[in-house]
Amino acid sequence: MSKPPLLQARGVRKSFGNTEVLKGIDLEVRQGQVVSLIGASGSGKTTFLRCVNLLEEHNGGEILLDGDPIGYRMEGGRRRRLSEARVSAQRARIGMVFQQFNLFPHLTAEENVMLGLTKVLGKSKAEAREIASGWLARVGLAERRGHYPYQLSGGQQQRVAMARAVAMEPRLLLFDEVTSALDPELVAEVLGVMQDLAASGQTMLVVSHEMLFVREVSHHVVFMDQGRVAQEGTPAEVFENPESERLRSFLGRFHGIFRQQ
Amino acid sequence: MIDYHFDWGVISRNADNLVNALLLGLGLAVVSLVIGCVIGLVAAYARVSGRLWLSAPVRAYVEFIRCTPLLLLIFFVYFGLPEFDITYLDKTESFILTLSLYAGAYMSEVFRAGLASIPKQYVEAAKAIGLRPWQRQRYVVLPVMFRITLPSVSNNLISLFKDTSLAAAIAIPELTFTARQINANTFRVMEVWLTASAMYLVTCYIIATLLRLIERRYASIR
Repeated sequence: MSKPPLLQARGVRKSFGNTEVLKGIDLEVRQGQVVSLIGASGSGKTTFLRCVNLLEEHNGGEILLDGDPIGYRMEGGRRRRLSEARVSAQRARIGMVFQQFNLFPHLTAEENVMLGLTKVLGKSKAEAREIASGWLARVGLAERRGHYPYQLSGGQQQRVAMARAVAMEPRLLLFDEVTSALDPELVAEVLGVMQDLAASGQTMLVVSHEMLFVREVSHHVVFMDQGRVAQEGTPAEVFENPESERLRSFLGRFHGIFRQQ
Repeated sequence: MIDYHFDWGVISRNADNLVNALLLGLGLAVVSLVIGCVIGLVAAYARVSGRLWLSAPVRAYVEFIRCTPLLLLIFFVYFGLPEFDITYLDKTESFILTLSLYAGAYMSEVFRAGLASIPKQYVEAAKAIGLRPWQRQRYVVLPVMFRITLPSVSNNLISLFKDTSLAAAIAIPELTFTARQINANTFRVMEVWLTASAMYLVTCYIIATLLRLIERRYASIR
């Protein structure tokens, strides 16, 4: 616990119009950790994740990646918004996998993975192709690399999206409800890849409703409620000793799942 | 009319002329479409920029072109510009300028709708891998938009090709002008106009078929 946290959020606030969605979030992710955000929809999990990647701009507090503030720099004691080019460079250090996959529709699976490697990291086509086919093989899609997104199933598309994100060797990988848009029988293949990444030491911040996965794979679980962190701790602490009625009732919805195993 | 005797010899004697005239018209349409696409793309970005000083003049240009008859625009540029001492355009260049501006106005609307229809998830995915703003446009937004708008671009090419017949009004020897000249010299009304019509029809059909093949080739979206 002596190393400084990879990601540190302090008092992060975010409003959409008059609605305050994040009311001061404090959160830490350490190198190699898998941290999961759970909570009812509307609790602010996804918004927080999007703030980390600057897809949304937080209105207050700060988010530090390796000690650097995300989205701005301090100049003479004042916050100065970073240029789009600098923001892009920060985003390149953070990977993101989306609920709706968001693969580029005009590119093949392999080209989807290669785009960031060549255009952002400046790798040669040959090198990028090698890396891409390596990752596609690792997610079990070696023979699909020439397929376009519309020729792939949802689970396959999501695995390509993961290969695309992880091939950039991000410091931190964000997962935004990546199994929510999938047919139930396709969920396992996606969770399998996530488990594999977690085991390899990839630092991950995960928003998920897959409670079994959260309980088994996370090092740290954060329960969010109405824009605040209501409880956090190890999976055992959060799942076995829910402190609040709201967490108890939230977990109660998943009881059937836990009993099945 | 009933006693009309067809004499197709007039066509075979002028076949070279007619084919060259057709190719000239096709060339005018393609060049104007290419320039029009460039104008249209710039104009479309100005329209979606959210900056009034950019979008307002473009909007005025588009409305002006759309609400003015093309023939009038052709006369205006061809006869009007020399009045302002702009005399270095020959009639073909003057016509290409007019048709390009005309195509540009229509293409800007096509591209504007195309840009607006691109799901924002693609842009977010492009942001997430760290692409810079212009790279997001170059490698994600534009390629997707061109695929979405390809059918409209095809339709515009066919329209423009037919519109090149208006170049006859300023004596550019494209198909309509050439057909009228042959007609004036030979009085073979039916042969000449039937042939010219058939040539337009077949050419448009070939363009449409070719473009449909290209569209199918790029049907990787949805």
